[in-house]
Amino acid sequence: MSAVATVPTTEQYCTFWVSGLFFGVAVEEVQEVLRLQPMTPVPRADEAVTGLINLRGQIVTAVDMRVRLGLPPRADDEDPMNVIVRSRGEVVSLLVDDIGDVIDTAGVDAQPAPSNMPREVQDVLRGVCPLPDAILLVLDADRAVDVATAPDTTGGTP
Amino acid sequence: MDDDAEIIAEFLVESHENLDQLDRDLVELEQQPDSRDRLSSIFRTIHTIKGTSGFLAFNRLEQLTHVGETLLSRLRDGEAVMTPAIAEALLSMVDTVRALLDVIERTSSDADPSVDVAPVVAVIEDLLAGREPSSGGAAEEPVVSPAASSAAPPDLAPDPAPDPAPDPVLAPEPAPVPASHPEPHPAPHPEPEVHAEDGAERRSRVDSSVRVDVDLLDDLVDLVGELVLTRNQLIQRSLASDDLELVRASQRLDLVASELQESVMKTRMQPIGQVWSKMPRVVRDLSHQLGREVELVMEGHETELDRSLLEAVKDPLTHLVRNSLDHGIEPPDVRAAAGKPAKGTLSLRAYHESGQVVVEIADDGKGIDPEKIAAVALERGVVTRDQLARMDGREVLGLIFRPGFSTASAVSNISGRGVGMDVVRTNIERIGGSVDVVSEPGRGTTTRVRIPLTLAIIPALVVGEGAERYAIPQANLVELVRIEGEDLERQVEDLAGAPVLRLRGQLLPLVPLAGVLEDGGLPGDEALTVVVLQSDDVRFGLCVSTVHDTQEIVVKPIGRQLKGLAMYAGATIMGDGRVALILDVAGIAATAGVGATQAEVVDLKAGAADDRTALLVLEVADGRRAALPLAAVARLEEFERDRIERSGTAEVVQYRDGILPLVRLASAIGLPDTSDRSDQVSVVVHETGATGGAVGIVIDKVLDVVEVEVSASQVGRRAGVTGSAVVQDRVTDLVDLAAVVARSGVSA
Repeated sequence: MSAVATVPTTEQYCTFWVSGLFFGVAVEEVQEVLRLQPMTPVPRADEAVTGLINLRGQIVTAVDMRVRLGLPPRADDEDPMNVIVRSRGEVVSLLVDDIGDVIDTAGVDAQPAPSNMPREVQDVLRGVCPLPDAILLVLDADRAVDVATAPDTTGGTP
Repeated sequence: MDDDAEIIAEFLVESHENLDQLDRDLVELEQQPDSRDRLSSIFRTIHTIKGTSGFLAFNRLEQLTHVGETLLSRLRDGEAVMTPAIAEALLSMVDTVRALLDVIERTSSDADPSVDVAPVVAVIEDLLAGREPSSGGAAEEPVVSPAASSAAPPDLAPDPAPDPAPDPVLAPEPAPVPASHPEPHPAPHPEPEVHAEDGAERRSRVDSSVRVDVDLLDDLVDLVGELVLTRNQLIQRSLASDDLELVRASQRLDLVASELQESVMKTRMQPIGQVWSKMPRVVRDLSHQLGREVELVMEGHETELDRSLLEAVKDPLTHLVRNSLDHGIEPPDVRAAAGKPAKGTLSLRAYHESGQVVVEIADDGKGIDPEKIAAVALERGVVTRDQLARMDGREVLGLIFRPGFSTASAVSNISGRGVGMDVVRTNIERIGGSVDVVSEPGRGTTTRVRIPLTLAIIPALVVGEGAERYAIPQANLVELVRIEGEDLERQVEDLAGAPVLRLRGQLLPLVPLAGVLEDGGLPGDEALTVVVLQSDDVRFGLCVSTVHDTQEIVVKPIGRQLKGLAMYAGATIMGDGRVALILDVAGIAATAGVGATQAEVVDLKAGAADDRTALLVLEVADGRRAALPLAAVARLEEFERDRIERSGTAEVVQYRDGILPLVRLASAIGLPDTSDRSDQVSVVVHETGATGGAVGIVIDKVLDVVEVEVSASQVGRRAGVTGSAVVQDRVTDLVDLAAVVARSGVSA
């Protein structure tokens, strides 16, 4: 009921939607949120790598969360948003459908991801927080941006 | 406490720089013992270290530099003459000072007993007292020598601290002073002079330069890179604008940004002399150790390059210098016997050439014998006999850069101890440089190292493929070739699915960029734009859709999601703010499987099967198959049938300003000739020996190039055919090239 003050830093999440799923990334890991940016595709890269964007002179790799998580592709007329996260010293953009608020999960304990969720989604989760009005999937940014580095290991583009 | 630490850190940085200078000065001094400038400079350096060490209470360091200074002041004042013993003592003093500084760096104190100053101090004191040190060195000290001790104290006067706490170790020093105190000061003038100079020097150094953290400089470079990109965007916009003020302002911005960029890049530039300052000492020590006589000549030490690169080339250059001394320059007696001056010359030369820094390390030693290199390379399994046969002289010399190669028959402690030439090459290539060797047996060896000026901003050619642009580093660019219309059919051949271009008589493998990026083939039917690229020993043509222009690009790293893609070296931002990928030429060569890399891979797979041969498979006499070793094929040509003329009984064509004799392969190997059926005749050009003579072998058509293990059988052996083999499941005649060539009347 009343919020129990625990470690506050890990309980604030920047939230977003991907194919109807409600995700959150710890606010300390998020650098900023941007509208769709001009993008340069990278031939032969992993399918989930949509391209490179110029973030004030820094080259940032954009990873489409729908592709990364094996979810159905976005409709052509829907522009994704960039959630810019810091991961292991690099800055990476997660392409998501829409941005939500920054929310505080204080008092709600994270649980392991339900075992019937798709493997690809479970693999990138730290856990799930059943909030009163939604279920927050807590994303592990490091794992989310970890896409295959070797070419031709997956199907790739024909 | 922190203040102290900071002062000590400053002191260490300054002292290390000074010591490098000192090494060089001392070695030069040995050659021209009467150079007062050198002496003054050395004296100043030691004096400075002594002063500061006294101030910071590094007693042992002070004690050491004090005796050294005394000896130096005597040399400077002409009271003592430079002898090998003195030089040795001074150098060992410098070494001990360096060791002490290292100790100070680690422990913030010079009390570590692992560095012993006493022996060096004793040697110098012996020299000062006119006694022979331990052995050798006929140090003839003038009788007036003690006077120098009395001359020394005025020297110390301006020093901040040394005197108040008379070190007990200094006790033996003052002893001789009373003995000769009436002696008038022999040379009073140089003293104040030196001090004035000293002061001026220090002031100018302190006032005109600032120490800046390298990270800060790196940040500046990044920021300027961004500024340049923003400027480019702004200019593109302003060009389309009617606002005159805006246009004018952006043009000014353009200028200022360019100058700023240049200046900031310059802040990171440092003269290569900084690396070279260690060389005289290295050469001196090594030549003594190896019993060589070597004169070191250095040219262009003011040539500047980016500091990160400087750092990276330090070790490779030192290694190359060591190599020259160890393997290059012979001992004096051997040199004399060969009619060369006993003293060898090692020259270091640095200069700028087309946006790169070139460093040459040349010696006049015994040179490298390609045959010996070849033999060793074979013995150590670096190459196969077959690969060797295909190499020219330059490539054979290049073998010394292969891993696992080292000619040092005995592992000396100078070179050949693990840090091989392959490491040298790897390190140079890592920073985008290259290294090659030319050598003339008996005359000497020259190693040429090419290094880019800077890594951050490079000139690049921008090409277009699909909707995107790609940047190719200019350093890899050889030339641009555009082939249109009829030339396209004549010059571009398809060898079993592998496109090749005839470029001035050479066959150049073609790699379509579209195929590297997506699964596309050669673009367009009407025209082909080929960017000829070179990386290491691999040369190939990259076919692109469009060529934009050349520009300076700022190299930016790409994320680890893309690290596995060998064809990209990084990314950059174009004038319009969009990202463009930078192509990695070596990576493309490897991905596309052109050049040496592939041959090596094949060899590895084949294991010990050294007798694999690349064959050109031909069709003759209406469907019969024959094969020639690919190594014997210089070019493939097609001629109009009516260009064939007769000279006597022989058929010839006019070819490249000469006459090419033709041999009909079918007739030469006893088969009915059918090569005349079409209007075009296919000809394999075989070059005979080094004389440049060539023979055209007329065939029906080229079928394929295969690499196979030939198990030849005697079946079918006849004139012009050595036997037959099964190639690609078909019986194929192996052509006896010598016999066929002989039919043309050209001597093989």
